[in-house]
Formats: sequence, C-alpha cells, structure tokens
Amino acid sequence: MSRSALVGLALLLGVAPLLSGIAARTKARLTGRRGAPLLQLYWDLARLRRKGVVYSRTTTWVFRLAPIVLVATAALAACLVPLDGRRALVSFSGDFVAFAYLLALGRFFLVLAALDTGSSFEGMGASREVTVAAFAEPALFLAFIALVLATGSLSLGGALGAPLTQAWPTAVPALAMVTASLFLVLLAEGSRVPVDDPATHLELTMIHEVMVLDHSGPDFALILYGGALKLALFGALLVGAVVPRAGLAPGLGLAVLVLGLLGVAVLVGIVESVTARLRLSRVPQFLTAASALAALAVILLLVR
Amino acid sequence: MPRLADLLLLLVMLTSFVVLGTTRLSTCIRAVAFQGLLLGMLPLALYPNGELHTWGLAVGTMAVKAVILPRFLSWAIREAAVRREVEPRVGYALSLLLGVVAVAAAFAISTGLPLPERTREMLVPAALATVIIGLFVLITRSKALVQVVGYLMLENGVYLFGLTHVERVPFLVEAGVLLDVFVGVFIMGIVVFHINREFDSLDSARLTELTDR
Amino acid sequence: MILLALIAVPALAAVGAYAHRAAEWRAPWLVLGALLHVVLVALAWGSSTGRVFGGWLALDALGLIVLSTVSLLFAVVASYAVGYLRRESPRGGRAFVSCLLAFLAAASLVALSHHFVLLWVGLEATTLAVAPLIFHRHDRRSLEAVWKYLVLSSVGIALALLGVFFLATAQAGAPAGRPLVLADLLRDAARLHPAWLKAAFIFLLVGFGTKMGLAPMHTWKPDAYGEAPGLVGGLMAGALTSCAFLAVARSTQVAVAAGIGPFIQPLLVAFGLLSLVVAAAFLIGQTDLKRLLAYSSVEHMGLSALGLGLGAAGTYGAVLHMINNAFVKGLLFLAVGNVLLHPEAGRPPTLSGVLSRAPVSGLLLLIGLFAVTGSPPFGTFLSEFAILSAAFQGGHYWIAATVLALLAVIFVGLAARILDVVHGPSPRSGEKARESPWLIAGPLLLALAVLVLGVFIPRALFEALSAAARALGGRAP
Repeated sequence: MSRSALVGLALLLGVAPLLSGIAARTKARLTGRRGAPLLQLYWDLARLRRKGVVYSRTTTWVFRLAPIVLVATAALAACLVPLDGRRALVSFSGDFVAFAYLLALGRFFLVLAALDTGSSFEGMGASREVTVAAFAEPALFLAFIALVLATGSLSLGGALGAPLTQAWPTAVPALAMVTASLFLVLLAEGSRVPVDDPATHLELTMIHEVMVLDHSGPDFALILYGGALKLALFGALLVGAVVPRAGLAPGLGLAVLVLGLLGVAVLVGIVESVTARLRLSRVPQFLTAASALAALAVILLLVR
Repeated sequence: MPRLADLLLLLVMLTSFVVLGTTRLSTCIRAVAFQGLLLGMLPLALYPNGELHTWGLAVGTMAVKAVILPRFLSWAIREAAVRREVEPRVGYALSLLLGVVAVAAAFAISTGLPLPERTREMLVPAALATVIIGLFVLITRSKALVQVVGYLMLENGVYLFGLTHVERVPFLVEAGVLLDVFVGVFIMGIVVFHINREFDSLDSARLTELTDR
Repeated sequence: MILLALIAVPALAAVGAYAHRAAEWRAPWLVLGALLHVVLVALAWGSSTGRVFGGWLALDALGLIVLSTVSLLFAVVASYAVGYLRRESPRGGRAFVSCLLAFLAAASLVALSHHFVLLWVGLEATTLAVAPLIFHRHDRRSLEAVWKYLVLSSVGIALALLGVFFLATAQAGAPAGRPLVLADLLRDAARLHPAWLKAAFIFLLVGFGTKMGLAPMHTWKPDAYGEAPGLVGGLMAGALTSCAFLAVARSTQVAVAAGIGPFIQPLLVAFGLLSLVVAAAFLIGQTDLKRLLAYSSVEHMGLSALGLGLGAAGTYGAVLHMINNAFVKGLLFLAVGNVLLHPEAGRPPTLSGVLSRAPVSGLLLLIGLFAVTGSPPFGTFLSEFAILSAAFQGGHYWIAATVLALLAVIFVGLAARILDVVHGPSPRSGEKARESPWLIAGPLLLALAVLVLGVFIPRALFEALSAAARALGGRAP
C-alpha cells in the first residue's frame, strides 16, 4: 500500500465538498451574481452535524442505514481508483465492475430509504433516480470497456495508470470520445444540469433532491457528503482518463489531481450556466448519446 | 496525414449521430452542413499533395454541401414557417442505439469485404455507416425537410465511398455528381415548400390521398 | 458528331423553348426538337458513329434500340402535345415543353453513355426533368405524387451510385482499364473482383430497378402515373422505364461477361416474378384507369427483368418486349388522356361508354387492351412468347406456369375495367365529343407500330436485337 495513494484518498475525501461550491460560484459569476461562499457545503455539513434528527414513525432501520451505506460505498469505490495516477489502494481484475456496483449499492439503499418513508413523493423521486441510473450504467460500462480495450488492463488501477500513457498517442479519437462520455455520465451521476438541477425546489422537476427530502440532521449531512464524494469520484475518473500521471512524481500527481478536480468543477459550472435542464423525457436520450459515444469508441478500438 | 483524415471521418460519423439525436430541425440542418464541410476537407486530408483536381473537388463540395444547400433548407424553414421539431416515428434514444448498430454493422461488413490496398481503413466503414444512417433518417422521420436531410446524408455516404476513387475517376464525373445532388435537393426543397403551403404542415405522413381503393 | 448532336439538339431546344416566351411558339419548338432527333437517330442507323470522349459515349445495338424507341415515342408524344396544349395549357406550358425536351436530352444521354457514371447522371437527369411534369397542376394530389416519386427514385438512384462505386472498386484488379468505361469493363471482365461485383450488381439492380418500377420498389408508380397528364404518363411508362431497363441491362451485361451469371440471374427472375405477382394482385378491382396502367407497367417491367434473368432467347424477348411495352404504354396513356380530356365522356369514377362518345379514343383503348395483354397479332405476343419459351427451354417449367397463370389474371383484371369503360352504358346521353386529329394521329401510329412488330420484324431491327441479346449473354431464337 503506497503512501501517496493513501494521501490521495484523504485529499479526495477532503476536497469533495469544495467541488459543488466551485461549480455554484462559476455559475453565479457567469450569470453576473456574486454567489455563495466557496466553502458553503462545509458550513452546511457542520451545521447539519449539530442538529437533531427526526424520524418518521413509518421508517425502519433501512432508513437510518442508508446514509451510512452511501458514504461507505463511495469511499470504498474511491479505493479502487488510482488517485495518484500510479496505482490504486485496492486493485484486482475486473474491479471496474465492483466500482460501478459499489456506487449502485449506495444508490440502492438510498432508494430503499426513500420507499421506506411511505411517501409517494419520495417514491417518485426514487423511480426517477433509478431511471437515470439505468441509462447511465451502460454508458459507464461501455466507457470502461473502451478503456480496457485501449490499455489491455482489466483493472481500473491499470487502465487509468501507466498503460494509459502509452495508449493515448495511438487512440486519440476513441479516448476523446470515452472522456466525453464519462463527462456526460458525471453530469448524470452527480445530479447536475442538464439531467437534474441541484438548486431547484420545484417538486415536479427534482430527481435526487426529492428522494432525500425526509432525511434530516447528521443523516442528511452524510447524504450531502456522499453525493459530493460521488461527484469527486467521477471527477477523479475523468482526470485519470485525460491526464495520465504515471510518469509524474507522486506529489505532483496528487497536485494535478486536485487541480483537475477543480477544473472539472468549473466545467460543470459552465455547463450549468449555458444549458437548460432537459425535460425528464429527454434524459434517456441524453444518456443514450453518452452510451453511443462510448460504444463508437469501443468499435473504433476493436477494429484498430 | 492519414491521422487527420481519420479524425475527420470520425467527426462525420458523430455529426450523423447529432442528426439522429437532435430534436430541432435547425440543428439537423446545421449538422448536415457541418458534415458537408468535413466532406469538403477530406479530399485534402486524404491526398495531401493537393493537385488542382483535389482542390476543385474540395471547394465544390464545400460550396454545395456546406453552404448552398443548408442555406436553402434554412430558407425553406423560415419561409414556410414550419414547426421546429423533428417529430420522429422512432424515438431518439432508440435511433441513437440503432445508429450504433449501424456503425458496428458497417465496420463488420467492411472488414469482411476485401479492399484494394490503397483505401484508407476508416473510409469505407464511415461511408457505409453514413449511408445506413441516412436511409434510417429518411425512413423514420416523417417531416419532409428532415427526409431531405436524410437524403443528403445518404448522398454524403455515397460520396465518401466515391472518395476511394478520386485518383482514378476523373473530375468531370464528380462535378456531375455534385451537380445532381444540388439540383435534386433543390427540386425537393421547392416541393417541400409547396407541401407546406398546401397542407399547412411539412409532415409527409399526411400525404395519404393517393391509395388503391 | 451525331452522338453529341443527339444530346445537344433536344437540350438546346429545351433552352430555346424556355427562353422564347411567345406562347404560340411552344408547340413548334417541341415538334422541331422531336423531329430533328428522329432524323439524327435515322442517320445513326445508317452510319457507323464511332466513339466520343475516350469511349464515354458510343452507340451499340442495345443503346441504338433504346434510343430509337425513345425517339419515336417522343415524336408521337410531341405531336400529341400540339393538340394537348390547345386544350389544356398547364401554367402557360413554358416549363412543361422545356421539361419534355430536357427529358429527351437526358434519355439520349442514357442511351448513348458507355460510362457508368455518365449513365447514372443521365438517369438522375431524367428523374429531375420529369418531376415538374408530374407536378404541373400544383394541387395536393400531384404534390403528393411528385414527393413520393422524388424521394423514392432519388434514394434508388443514390443506391445505384453506390453500386457504380462498388463496380469501380471491383475494377481495381484491372488497373490498365479506363475506370467504369463499358468497353474496358467487358474486356477485363475476367479480372473484376467477384465479391465487389456481386455487391455492385445488387445495388445497381435495386437502384435502377426502383426507376424501372420493379416490385417492391414500385410504390411511386401508381401515384406518379395516376397524377401525371396522359402524355407525361405515356412518356414515363414508355421512355423512362426503357432508360432504366437499359441501365439494368448494362449492369447485367458486365455481370454476365464476368461470369457471375448464375448469381445474378436468379435475382432478376425473383424481382420479375414478384413484380408480376404484385401487378396481378393490385390490378384486380382497380378503378382508376391510369393506376391500372401503372400496375400494368409494373407487370411489363417484371417480364423484361424475367427475360434478362432467364438468359438464352429470354434476353432477345426482354429487349423486344421493352420496345413493345414503350409503344403500347404510349398508346394507352394517350388514349386514356384523350378520354379524360373530354369532359363529355364523364369523370373517372363513373367513366363508362366511351365508345359511343369518343369512338376513336374508345377504339384505341380497345386495341391497347389487346396489345398490352399480349394477344396474338401484336408485338407483345411475340416478345412474351420468346420469354416464355426461354423458360420452357431452360427447364424452368414452374416459372413458365406461374407466369402464364399470372398473365391470365392480369388479362382479366385489365379487361374487366377497360371493357367497362369502353362498352359500358353511357351515364348521360349527349353530344359526341370532337376528337382533334392531333390527339388521334399519334396513338394510331403507335397502334400500327405494335401491330407491325407483331407481324414482321425488319431485318435491320432483327440484327440489332440479336446483337443486343448476344451482348446480354443470350441469343436470338
């Protein structure tokens, strides 16, 4: 277990809440407002931590467990990603499947918790969330398959590690398409515009937010943190795919990771300010486009 | 610079996907105009020691496929005041998926066909994919203008395949082909214009008066 | 020189007719263009014409037959148009006459071109020249017809172009030959790449078959023929299909020379039989006369394709059948056009008793009926017989039996409606229609021509037909 990987994990866990702050600030600046403080989510988390919890009488242990599972799975998934650009904390053949399903497990529990409240409102949010996830999953897997084909390595640690450095010069178009596809998946998984709108408070348009409406206090803080961590995770994937850092010194690699994450956050902010949220019925189309991109990349890599 | 050519071909395929996935008529037209631009750049990328012939082909293609025809189609939209949505018979998501299948099929077919050596690897599959997607758009979109866009894509695919023969088939031939596409789409556009005036809609699905009784 | 003039004369006449705004000069331009063309074609029969543009334009037996057929039919249509333009002048007739002449130029280009891309350009040009003619009335129905026609034939022609490019790829193994020039393709036939050639033939057959109107790509035909004015319908069913037939025949010629006959012939037979089946199915109970003729056209194109596919004497029959079909379809469409031009004879759905109102047109319809169904004294009998006997001699008894049965069904379907129109009770008693000689002379001439072809085939024509049949891998009976 390398030290730089551990430091990377710590950095990711620490930086995660900053990303949504940066995205929000970018959006505010582009639309001519001053915007909330960059560290807003940290304050929110601290505030929620101090508050009490209210549990509805209909809820069971599932409801209480869900936030913990969410954060735990996201953190575990983070161990599979080579954060310093060299190797991951945990790495085995086919671990990208584990990565996808760890995140799916977290989502599964969140959905169960939403159904556990017995409110049709949360149920609606849950069903929407699952719909989005169902369309995002093929895109994610196709992108992984493309990475595997490009690098010949069956684990995330390898695919985003050293072999990728050699793969880029030979397969620029395919890897560019994979990157684009991963970015679209990031927007969907991170509940950002154009798939979802983290700022909306109109029930009819909410997806993720409406699902977690019943959580409060520290539980809600965990859910917020879990969401931020997921966004950061996908950001780390993206940075790993775009900037292979196997050749850099570990410290430099981590610095690039943080800078890259901040860049992704700015990009998300820009996207949020120039596009409108899609109608719900158009979301599958959006994610199918992401899948199509990744599938094209796979085809290109297959016939290489 | 074969790399540049491959990149252009990839962009050609991606623009086809834009047409499959977009909901807006104007995006369709812009996409096909961009495709025309790419097609115009391709001869230069494929045969870099540009003779006059190659340049003529490039300029002619760009003028017709990237400027004149798209302008004319946009004019038809504006003048006929049509609704700006594509209104497909097959959903967008399914269209995109079938587009991927088409690309896969194109690659499969062209690896099966024995090619003359000089041909670039990506050219034939890209051509076949564009032909298939063009046909698909033509069949599944009921709005007449989008059908014209589909037809243009079909022609673009055929043109791509024709590029494998730029060195052997003389210039006059390609000029004739370009001219035919030009006149063909022009006449189609005029008919589209009339369809809209007569039926208050560009939906060719409403053209159902003529049947066997 | 003659070759260039054959294309240039009608093209210039088209430009002239468009530039000359005076309405009374429209018909003279048209007739002048048509007559000059006929004279040029006659000259072409008499002299050896050579080649132009490095073999791109040339005249062989097959091309000459198609060219003559188109030219004669067009001359008749032009004379008919003189009478037609007096009665009905679609939007002044300026674009109408101009498009007719442009069509003749494009059709000549098709007949003369010995280069596949040029052939393709010519066919596309015929498509485009005819579109405004269908659309001349500018109403909803003609709009719908022209849209279907344009979309389907444009797609067909685009696929054909892909086929042409495939053909060029197949030729890559013979780099010495001039690309896509017919003579060189035939010379290097053995070195063409078989897989690409097969792919090319499929695309060419589907593409040009769409223009020919082979089922299942025939769906534009009833609509376009139904809405076009009679003389345009005649031109499309007679001349345009002949050009498309020529294109298919050229593809067959290359394929047979390259030795993939066993692969392509079943394809041609299948398309031919399917066309016959579709035509028979839709002819029964059809009330609209022009749509009836459209399905009859599908039938005849099917027969021609069948003839090509059966080989041997079938190819002779196919080419002869193309000539007969052109004349008979011209005759029938002009006769139907006459009937519809006379409002005294009643409107289409209730059209009946034409013989008592417009006796000559009625008689022409009757002659046309027997000619189109291949009854003995007419040329169609000979050509259908040649195709059928080729099926028997080749041992394809079930094909022959199917064709005979379908022909019987088609006869019944056509006769039921046309006899009704000609002989049925007149819905209104009234004055007889005045039939202008311009409107009658042309169709009568065509009837005579079909009759002559059934009784006696001139020696020169027989030799040309035999040469064409040999080129297509068959022989004279």
